[in-house]
Amino acid sequence: MCLAVPGKVVGIEERDGTRMAKVDFGGAVKDVCLEYLPDIEVGDYAVVHVGFALQRLDEEAALATLDLFARIGALEEEFGDPWSRAAAEAGLTEGDAL
Amino acid sequence: MADTALDPAARDVPDPAAWSCPAPLHDQPVVVLGHGGGGALSAELVADLFAPAYGNATLDQLADSAALTLGGARLAFSTDSYVVRPLFFPGGCIGDLAVNGTVNDLAMSGARPAHLSCAFILEEGTELAVVDRVARAVGKAAEAAGVTVVTGDTKVVDAGHGDGVYVTTSGIGLIPDGVDIRPQRARPGDVVLVSGPIGLHGIAVLSVREGLEFGVGIASDTAPLADLVAAVLAVTPDLHALRDPTRGGLATALHEIATASGTGVVLDEAAVPVPEAVANACGFLGLDPLYVANEGRLVAFVPRRHADAVLAALRAHPQGAGAAAIGECVAEHPGTVVARTRLGGTRVVDLPIGEQLPRIC
Amino acid sequence: MKYLDEFQDPALARLLLDDIHRTVTRPWALMEVCGGQTHSIIRHGIDQLLPDAVELIHGPGCPVCVTPLEMIDKALAVAALPGVVFCSFGDMLRVPGTDRDLFRVKSAGGDVRVVYSPLDALEIARRHPDKQVVFFGIGFETTAPANAMTVHQARRLGIRNFSLLVSHVRVPPAIEAIMRSPACRVQAFLAAGHVCSVMGVDEYPELAARYRVPIVVTGFEPLDILEGVRRTVRQLERGEHRVENAYPRAVRDRGNPTALRMLAEVFEVTDRAWRGIGTIPDSGWRLTPAYREYDAEHRFGVTGTTTREPAACRSGEVLQGLIKPRDCAAFGTTCTPRTPLGATMVSSEGACAAYYLYRRLEPPAHPTKEAAPLG
Repeated sequence: MCLAVPGKVVGIEERDGTRMAKVDFGGAVKDVCLEYLPDIEVGDYAVVHVGFALQRLDEEAALATLDLFARIGALEEEFGDPWSRAAAEAGLTEGDAL
Repeated sequence: MADTALDPAARDVPDPAAWSCPAPLHDQPVVVLGHGGGGALSAELVADLFAPAYGNATLDQLADSAALTLGGARLAFSTDSYVVRPLFFPGGCIGDLAVNGTVNDLAMSGARPAHLSCAFILEEGTELAVVDRVARAVGKAAEAAGVTVVTGDTKVVDAGHGDGVYVTTSGIGLIPDGVDIRPQRARPGDVVLVSGPIGLHGIAVLSVREGLEFGVGIASDTAPLADLVAAVLAVTPDLHALRDPTRGGLATALHEIATASGTGVVLDEAAVPVPEAVANACGFLGLDPLYVANEGRLVAFVPRRHADAVLAALRAHPQGAGAAAIGECVAEHPGTVVARTRLGGTRVVDLPIGEQLPRIC
Repeated sequence: MKYLDEFQDPALARLLLDDIHRTVTRPWALMEVCGGQTHSIIRHGIDQLLPDAVELIHGPGCPVCVTPLEMIDKALAVAALPGVVFCSFGDMLRVPGTDRDLFRVKSAGGDVRVVYSPLDALEIARRHPDKQVVFFGIGFETTAPANAMTVHQARRLGIRNFSLLVSHVRVPPAIEAIMRSPACRVQAFLAAGHVCSVMGVDEYPELAARYRVPIVVTGFEPLDILEGVRRTVRQLERGEHRVENAYPRAVRDRGNPTALRMLAEVFEVTDRAWRGIGTIPDSGWRLTPAYREYDAEHRFGVTGTTTREPAACRSGEVLQGLIKPRDCAAFGTTCTPRTPLGATMVSSEGACAAYYLYRRLEPPAHPTKEAAPLG
């Protein structure tokens, strides 16, 4: 379910009382409804599904996740418990959803 | 189980051990759009209806063009009808397609295309200015491809019975001596080459239908390929198979060659040139670029000893500047195309059923 | 940061895989609920790269597959009506109803159109006030906000020739149904990231605690899926059963509050039949009374003739992970994507179709192992 892809908001306008955006998906630009992300601004990235922006993408979280991946191998060799150590260093807490 | 909705006693969580399944959909004897999609349905229509009606040794080769010997000359002969909506799209129009498509079908047997016929089916009410634009595009494309349009026809259908303009072209060309290019000749060990980035035509047309805009670089790749083929034949006449991956895309072309030759094809996904904008447009429409149409690309199955020279010849030509080696022909899994994924896994690249549809899942 | 290529990197994938291989000491069965994840797993060959001990069971999270036959038949009936423009996501056109699919309705003269977004259908309604424009509103929590907003806009703009044929489904009741099955083999769930982008994660801690299963909110790119598997397996090996968010860039704990408010205004929870599964209590959404006049079922009076489907295939067992698709005698013989016997063979993200498309060469597992390197 739910083919949703990241895109960059490149322009915002009001159309028939609806907040719409031009969103750039790596070269392909499409009209997207922004009603569900009232605070999003030009330059932000959002995850888009069937023409609707559903959630702003958080760059800090994305970088922390990638950083965590990159450290897994190295930390395993050094400390033997990569997840806890890497998570701590990346500033994430395990089960941070809760 | 579906009737539990009406059974108050069954209103508890269902036991998945009793989960059942929908009934089969029996084919109904009517034409559906997928029959023209170039995939499995098209192949079935040819195999089950047309071939029994008028099949013969030449037709049964199912090549892009038929190779015939006539009065001592080896001729390539091909025909194709063009229905495209919209008629005009970034990078070309139905007129360019009608010339280049048939020219390329001839070129895929190594022929030098010479002459075309061009027949128009026009819908009542279509502006003559539109027909004029298409006709001029035919003339310009024919000149660029080095062919002449030597005969034609026009019919008009009632308003509402056509999409403005349909075009059918047929073409003939001469096959040089010593050239025998057929899908059946692909052999294990052949290297698979593609002449440039894929997916541009299909995405250019779709962009108009889906309201996509592109900053740069998305235009149909429609182009004549005979000159490119001639450049490759100058390196070696020993090409095994050529195909222009139009409807159904690269995957379908590879699948057809694998089936015809009884070999397997292994595709290196990371080596397939896909423009970033095509990849991203496919990403949010849920399409696979391997199945998106091209109108100015060719796939070549080349003996390994000639592969480097052929690749160099492709890259030296303007139509082949983006050429790449994308895979190889193997003895395993005959008739099947397998892709090696970027992560190191594998998957089967199947023949599409009909046309690819945008998906949400 | 483009949020795409970065999460497909083969070198990082290798690090994650190595960690999974180091962590696993015994067999585990995980279910990815979402069909989009199934598609990604098979498409990238991820399942082949995991340790043999980690089994991925492909769950029922494919809205195309689980839309009930009765609703498909209603769609076919409405689409065939004169004066109706029936709009749908492309995936639905090939799904078999009792005796035909939307393609057949189209070939018989019905005005069936594929749209990318429900807003496109609303635009068609605005341009053709003489037509009745119906949108087939299927999908999980990810898609529901789009359809909710569209019907809300239709009312606000007074576009009265638009209506919605609603067959929305919800993930948590399906997870519960799976866990309550006596034959259940699932030991942990990869929860669908984009569902959680809308809904947040509040619905899951109770499920994780009650059924003692780890639930890891997981994204869709290859690295996301590997990270979901990695975290799940770590919990299992440690005997834990918590909810984790492995997709924090797109999922906030509380979801999208604006979307949740719109869902609450437009939809209400209802029982819903799932194709091949049966009715799951509270597992769907329908339009609230305030939006009843935009309900296509109401507008066109299509009555709920319940259709019984013969038990012709083993998709129920496939969905539970009791068998793999290729263990079914019909798989790849009488049942193919071209002639589907079961819903799981219809959509490209259905478990059977995914196996048919990408995996039918197995066993043997890796057909390209002996192939020479490219020249």
